[in-house]
Amino acid sequence: MTASMQSSVGNPAAEKRGMNLTLRIWRQKDPSVKGKMVTYKVTDISPDMSFLEMLDVLNEQLIMQGDDPVAFDHDCREGICGMCGLMINGQAHGPQQTTTCQLHMRSFKDGDSIDIEPWRATAFPVIKDLAVDRRAFDRIIQAGGYISVPTGTAPEAHATPVPKADSDAAFDAATCIGCGACVAACPNASSMLFTAAKVTHLGLLPQGQPERDDRVVNMVAQQDREGFGGCTNIGECSAACPKGISMETISRLNHDLLGALRAGARPKS
Amino acid sequence: MPLDLFSVGDPIADTKAPMDVPIGERWSERRFRGRLVNPANRRKLTVIVVGTGLAGGAAAATLGEAGYKVKSFWYQDSPRRAHSVAAQGGINAAKNYRNDGDSVHRLFYDTVKGGDFRARENNVHRLAEVSVNIIDQCVAQGVPFAREYGGLLDNRSFGGTQVSRTFYARGQTGQQLLYGAYQALERQIAAGSVEQNARTEMLDLIIVDGRARGIVARDLVSGEISTHFADAVVIASGGYSNVFYLSTNAKGSNTTAIWRAHKRGAYFANPCYTQIHPTCIPVKGDYQSKLTLMSESLRNDGRVWVPKERGDDRPANDIPEDERDYYLERLYPSFGNLVPRDIASRQAKNVCDEGRGVGPGGLGVYLDFAEAIQRLGRPAVEAKYGNLFDMYAQITGEDPYVTPMRIFPAVHYTMGGLWVDYDLQSTIPGMFVIGEANFSDHGANRLGASALMQGLADGYFVLPSTISSYLADGPFEKVDESHPAAVEAMQGVQEEVQKLLSINGTRTPASFHREVGQLMWDYCGMERTDEGLRKAIDRIQEIRKEFWTNLKVTGDWHSFNQTLEHAGRVADFIELAELMCIDALHRRESCGGHFRAESQTPEGEALRDDENFAYVAAWEWTPEGQPPVLHKEDLVYEYVHLAQRSYK
Repeated sequence: MTASMQSSVGNPAAEKRGMNLTLRIWRQKDPSVKGKMVTYKVTDISPDMSFLEMLDVLNEQLIMQGDDPVAFDHDCREGICGMCGLMINGQAHGPQQTTTCQLHMRSFKDGDSIDIEPWRATAFPVIKDLAVDRRAFDRIIQAGGYISVPTGTAPEAHATPVPKADSDAAFDAATCIGCGACVAACPNASSMLFTAAKVTHLGLLPQGQPERDDRVVNMVAQQDREGFGGCTNIGECSAACPKGISMETISRLNHDLLGALRAGARPKS
Repeated sequence: MPLDLFSVGDPIADTKAPMDVPIGERWSERRFRGRLVNPANRRKLTVIVVGTGLAGGAAAATLGEAGYKVKSFWYQDSPRRAHSVAAQGGINAAKNYRNDGDSVHRLFYDTVKGGDFRARENNVHRLAEVSVNIIDQCVAQGVPFAREYGGLLDNRSFGGTQVSRTFYARGQTGQQLLYGAYQALERQIAAGSVEQNARTEMLDLIIVDGRARGIVARDLVSGEISTHFADAVVIASGGYSNVFYLSTNAKGSNTTAIWRAHKRGAYFANPCYTQIHPTCIPVKGDYQSKLTLMSESLRNDGRVWVPKERGDDRPANDIPEDERDYYLERLYPSFGNLVPRDIASRQAKNVCDEGRGVGPGGLGVYLDFAEAIQRLGRPAVEAKYGNLFDMYAQITGEDPYVTPMRIFPAVHYTMGGLWVDYDLQSTIPGMFVIGEANFSDHGANRLGASALMQGLADGYFVLPSTISSYLADGPFEKVDESHPAAVEAMQGVQEEVQKLLSINGTRTPASFHREVGQLMWDYCGMERTDEGLRKAIDRIQEIRKEFWTNLKVTGDWHSFNQTLEHAGRVADFIELAELMCIDALHRRESCGGHFRAESQTPEGEALRDDENFAYVAAWEWTPEGQPPVLHKEDLVYEYVHLAQRSYK
């Protein structure tokens, strides 16, 4: 292992020494019972571990003790699928603006105590421990977050040029991964940034124009039906967003919504 | 080859492609000869689609639009999580927007050649034809592809082809294409044509009177095991790279759907064909849970090297220039650092095997940008690769502008999969397999930006056309959970789940997964030998025995139990691992991603044996204790001439 010591010599910040940590984790068997914070100790945690790998270590210990491991959602572990998401010391995805899977233990220090909770929102009920049900987001998309173009009906791709600036801005909004950090970070548990990202993405493209008015009124009506709170432009959502979706999308949504309502668009009941 | 490892059965052949017309007319002719279902009858027909990635999501949406009743299944909370989301580079299409000599035939030719002449010509030609429709469809859906100032779509070259045919959306092409399919799928869910089954995992296939008629699935939240019925079943569950434990796949990606269908009679083709990507972030420790790919584009400016001396543990920047070995530049003077993926990966392994690897465990090589920073200046390097450098720094805690990056190859795609004919139908009538889950289009090596193309081709255009020919015979006799075949399948799943929970041994599912994965990496990874593969097969059989006697899974089956989910998947990976090794052992040639040390040129390059191995190896499952049966599909090349690849 001489080679491994070499890399730490070259980079003092990454000096390898296992950390001992106290974890206070939300445990809740299922939605029908009350949950509580339970304290665990983990030892010899490498600063190079990802946060989820640290939880893997804990869970392997728990299984070997015959205890129920901590349930948490995760999948790609490279910051793009949007499946992971934890409140870490009260911050959505923790102290860095990234996904939980891309947060590494070098953001913590030996002896730290870390609180780990699920996303907190009425519209995201807890399934078990740290895993929540985010299907409300899918239902917002179902309400209008698409362009109606059945397979095979598309015109030639170059038939409609799109100004590069519009295309780039649409892309920026389209990078939303649907993780739900915006809802978890918002004091109102509003899903406005999620909805606005999709309204902005499709509204900036010529292909999205025919359904633009109906889309915004129906998506906004659906997020209300799901029990998300109202948006009061606080901005915690954007600050917590691992993809940096901008507050400008919310301005665009409000602009579109006003225009659509004035033009007579009304949500489907 | 000793007969106890496998036996040889009857040859197999595709009978659906119309061979009496030229290759460019076969897809059109097949659609003409296939039967249709009139729109009023479609709503009487039900199709199950397992998986919601590019292939499954596109297929479920398209079948729903066509008027069929669709039941869609996925194991994550939302269809948008499928691992297609992580594809970075782009999607190929023969649009010839660059006017650089591209054509359907050239894309067809490049793909067959890139697959080292182990793919089926008819399927690849169709893929190239359909590629142009995919781009039209995705643009219309609002996929924000990169554009130029004139508002038209931008292209780039990729993976060593000589034309620019790759469409892309920054480094997130897979994400944007998947969201297009996801939104189309959600639209159909809202319209009531697609029934959604989130967090639900297929655990068995139900066959009635020789036809695939349904699945047994477990609701991962409630734990409930239930049966679902249809007139046809489409499997789009992705690849099986996670057999190696460490791969660039998502943690949940698994082989269970295709493996259990295999055990019900679907042949598994070319399981040993896996692709290993050369530029991934190396393993750091025993706790490592997955590997992250760094775009191959880095090799355009980065120089790959290791110390000349083994065991040289000085920091990279303290090793003088004349004590470094830029081994790719030395071995391949004309291609240098830009040799194809399989070669770059194998040479990295070779220098590490010599004890000259760097970083933890000696499993890494340097990718050095010092020369590029000096030549271009740091701002230019930042503009080109800034996001990748940031990603590297985030994961490793090291600054790649100051110290060279460390990279190492990792498994990221499987070309093998369930055998399908030209209609994408498996050897089980009524069961279709699409996307990475089938074996059909990439031969022994996949070209960059071709996975997204194949997934969407299958899902949007091929499967929805070919399946109607099968469904035209339906609706089939109604079956429900009381049918003996359904009862038997249901009981089998329940028994297995209870067995996993009752062993109460001393090892976790993850510990078995790591062990079998490491074994596969060592003996069925970048380089395979007769001796190593035999050793691996023996060891896998021991691991399998230990798994079923010493596994520990806590909790129960009628609740949300992620350890139980993992245990079931690991059980299937262990069985698949053995078949992969048998396939790799029997194929005594090197081709594409399959490198047999015994079959190489004097220069150490892969040496194909077209006389003896120009076939698809389709494996039939046999009950435990009996060796699998090999069925060969001869590969006939009418339009592409076989040749040896060279990169010197």
